[in-house]
Amino acid sequence: MTIRKPDISSNICGIKSPNPFWLASAPPTNSGYQVRRAFEAGWGGAVWKTLTHEPIVNVSSRYGAVDYDGRKVLGLNNIELITDRTLDVNLKEVREVKKDFPNHAVIVSLMVDSKREVWHDIVKKVEDTGCDGLELNFGCPHGMSERGMGSAVGQVPEYTEMVTSWVKEVAKTPVLVKLTPNITDVRHVGRAAKRGGADGISLINTINSIMGVDLNTLAPRPQVAGRGSHGGYCGPAVKPIALNMVQSIAADKEIQLPISGIGGIQAWQDAVEFLLLGATTVQVCTAVMHYGYRIVETMISGLENWMREKGYAKISDFQGATVAKVGDWADLDLSYKVVAEIDQNKCIHCGLCYIACEDGAHQSIRMTTITEEEFAKRNGNGGPASVEFSGGKRVISGSGDGRVNIFEIKQDTCVGCNMCSLVCPVSNCITMVERESGLPKMSWRQYTEKLAKGEVEKIQPPVHV
Amino acid sequence: MAKTQLGQEQLEENFADLHPNYTRDEAVVEASRCLFCFDAPCTRACPTHIDVPKFIRQILHDNPIGSAETIFSSNIFGGSCARACPTEVLCEGACVDRAMLKEPVQIGRLQRYATDYAAAREIRFFEPGKDTGKKVAVVGAGPAGLSCAHELRKAGHAVTVFEARDIPGGLNTIGIAAYKISTEFALSELKPILEMGIDLKLSSPVNAAGIADLLKNYDAVFLGIGLGATSRLEIPGEETPGVWEGLDFVFQSHTGPYDECEVGKHVVVIGAGNTAVDCATEAVRLGAEKVTIAYRRSQKEMTAYDYEYELAKADGIHFEWHASPVQFLEKDGRLCGVKFQRVALVGEGREAKLQPVPGGDFVIECDMAVKALGQLPFTELLTAVKGLKVEKGRLIVDRKTGATGVAGLYAGGDCISKGAEIVNAVQEGKIAAWAINDYVKSKGK
Repeated sequence: MTIRKPDISSNICGIKSPNPFWLASAPPTNSGYQVRRAFEAGWGGAVWKTLTHEPIVNVSSRYGAVDYDGRKVLGLNNIELITDRTLDVNLKEVREVKKDFPNHAVIVSLMVDSKREVWHDIVKKVEDTGCDGLELNFGCPHGMSERGMGSAVGQVPEYTEMVTSWVKEVAKTPVLVKLTPNITDVRHVGRAAKRGGADGISLINTINSIMGVDLNTLAPRPQVAGRGSHGGYCGPAVKPIALNMVQSIAADKEIQLPISGIGGIQAWQDAVEFLLLGATTVQVCTAVMHYGYRIVETMISGLENWMREKGYAKISDFQGATVAKVGDWADLDLSYKVVAEIDQNKCIHCGLCYIACEDGAHQSIRMTTITEEEFAKRNGNGGPASVEFSGGKRVISGSGDGRVNIFEIKQDTCVGCNMCSLVCPVSNCITMVERESGLPKMSWRQYTEKLAKGEVEKIQPPVHV
Repeated sequence: MAKTQLGQEQLEENFADLHPNYTRDEAVVEASRCLFCFDAPCTRACPTHIDVPKFIRQILHDNPIGSAETIFSSNIFGGSCARACPTEVLCEGACVDRAMLKEPVQIGRLQRYATDYAAAREIRFFEPGKDTGKKVAVVGAGPAGLSCAHELRKAGHAVTVFEARDIPGGLNTIGIAAYKISTEFALSELKPILEMGIDLKLSSPVNAAGIADLLKNYDAVFLGIGLGATSRLEIPGEETPGVWEGLDFVFQSHTGPYDECEVGKHVVVIGAGNTAVDCATEAVRLGAEKVTIAYRRSQKEMTAYDYEYELAKADGIHFEWHASPVQFLEKDGRLCGVKFQRVALVGEGREAKLQPVPGGDFVIECDMAVKALGQLPFTELLTAVKGLKVEKGRLIVDRKTGATGVAGLYAGGDCISKGAEIVNAVQEGKIAAWAINDYVKSKGK
């Protein structure tokens, strides 16, 4: 197959962009200066930081981060509000940017008081700039929600439907409704948006959060004069929550609207996952706040090369391909069986698989201690744990006190939970291998039916220590 | 040969820390590399079995004091070992990251970060135990003796330590290159140990009769007497001014200010162990123009660790392999060179025989020669004590308890190992202290 440059252009409810990578409505899209630089860096679209009639007043400080054992900003939250610039300045800059970047998607995020005429007014003013579409911010969980806006609307399906319909009464460009994850089932609000006439859905907005406590001052983080407030949580740590919500909207039979996926995207792989689970475009914020606009280059290149490798010529070739692969637990195949296998030639003898299984999972890894002599005999010199000498002393990594721990899976009790393979630091050292379970292929739903009819034997519980 | 020609400032720079301490951020980044292994190889490889993953995780989680407590609980010389341990053949050699990333976690430097942090704040982790009424004599205030004494004080026994030198700490204080362990640091690490209520008697050598007296007057005795003088070459000219013993050469950088240290213009170090590297690298730091390490065997057989060899090479030290010294040459009453015989190795490894290469004699001109040949055991002293056995230069003890053949007499450190690391001495002191504790407690019953 000839390898050519895949087409990564996007079209979401009529809004076109040269690639599916948009900037989310957030600090990186606060001004014309920034959006220009973003487009020059390669971003396909930008959702302008939420406009309103009167600029808001912000506090200082505003952001907090979650670090994890040396890695910075796995999660980020903020208590910053929507735009603090005047509507006139914003509209002027939106107009100029759109004029200079006709092929890029310029979407404007909106949030005003829940009054019909107020919404009508801003929609008309904003669309006059020539922007490509609108995004209704029904998700912001802090500050604005206390004033009856943002997630205060998005948490009530009736409000969502009502305000969406007001906007649709006058809007000429496509309207995306941005949903909050701070609800029990996002589909109810998604259906309300659909009823209100939304053209597409954006999700997720940020999650209610307290980032932590300063252990010196005992103030919450981020702090404002020693006090804090719940803020909106985002960043790589929220991706799985976002993926779940995107898929549930994509799979919903009532909604059937295109999706702009948001939540923790920092690498091209994240973006592809959103596309596979039903998104048409993706929006990024935290990773840009962390590293700058330049990250889009590696996202585009990663997406293109993955598509090339998989033989996809355009995004629609794979978009949504994983949506139908997610379903109820009750429909999963009970006869499917995998067990872990450890490649002894790759093992570095850290014991992490063993202790994870022993204390945290299903006690199915055997630890055997052998002498260095025996180990050297088994391994030879070479492989990961090679035998070295220094000053006449023998050194073997993974060995101490003259002995080496060897780890093996107890094949008869391994339940195939994956845990050991998840904690193993070596690539492809622990793999999950398919095994014959001896059971007929059936789901739990089918099993309970067959069991009731006496067509199958009861599945015996696994052996525990 | 004369005093160093270098100025104080240059000398201070030359003898500055080999590895400066980590900052907090450097330590956390390095700590984050640790996989937190289960039944960790590094911990098993450490002779004192410091819980390495635990102390590294404590650094990672911004608890350097807790980390230091973890370290000192296993090894009261944790700061010294952080500086001088051959980590490449101990904890870091065992590190699984060496297999995966070809680079071990820098355990030694992390250990130093934690121990220095606590030391700078003068944190005290241990208390003397409730007085047991038992008293133990310790001979030798080196790492073995003081580790033993510290452990015994934790158990509540009264401890008197007899030290022949006028400075405590043994080779840990004065026997390791000063750019690795400074005298000042070594003495500061002894402070909390001595504060446990150890009665330290300096300049108090103990002879065989003395040992017998101690056995009478104390409930138990621990011998941590180390080793004695450097081995002799027994070749002509060995008494020529300018011929030094290796440890004396290192001592001077600890006992006097650097600008009082003597060094030659051309220095020849004989031997290729770790002390030889210490001597050679110190000679360079003191301003020697040319330093040569001469060794009878080849690089393959040298007993200096690879890491030490790299240090020496980085210092521009020359190596003369297969060179067996035959005579120290004298001119006007001073050393002017060392005559060597080129030898070939016949056979394999360290058992190989040395065979002179015909016509292969040559002279290396020098004004200082340092014999770094390892130390001799105190055989005479030890064998004068009835019941003690010395074999191949080692005082024989039960390795599980440190017990000698004499009831109540225990030993550890270089006198039982014929020269090992600080960390080995610390562990042997600990092991003996536990056995002594059992012994003195059972004695009263």
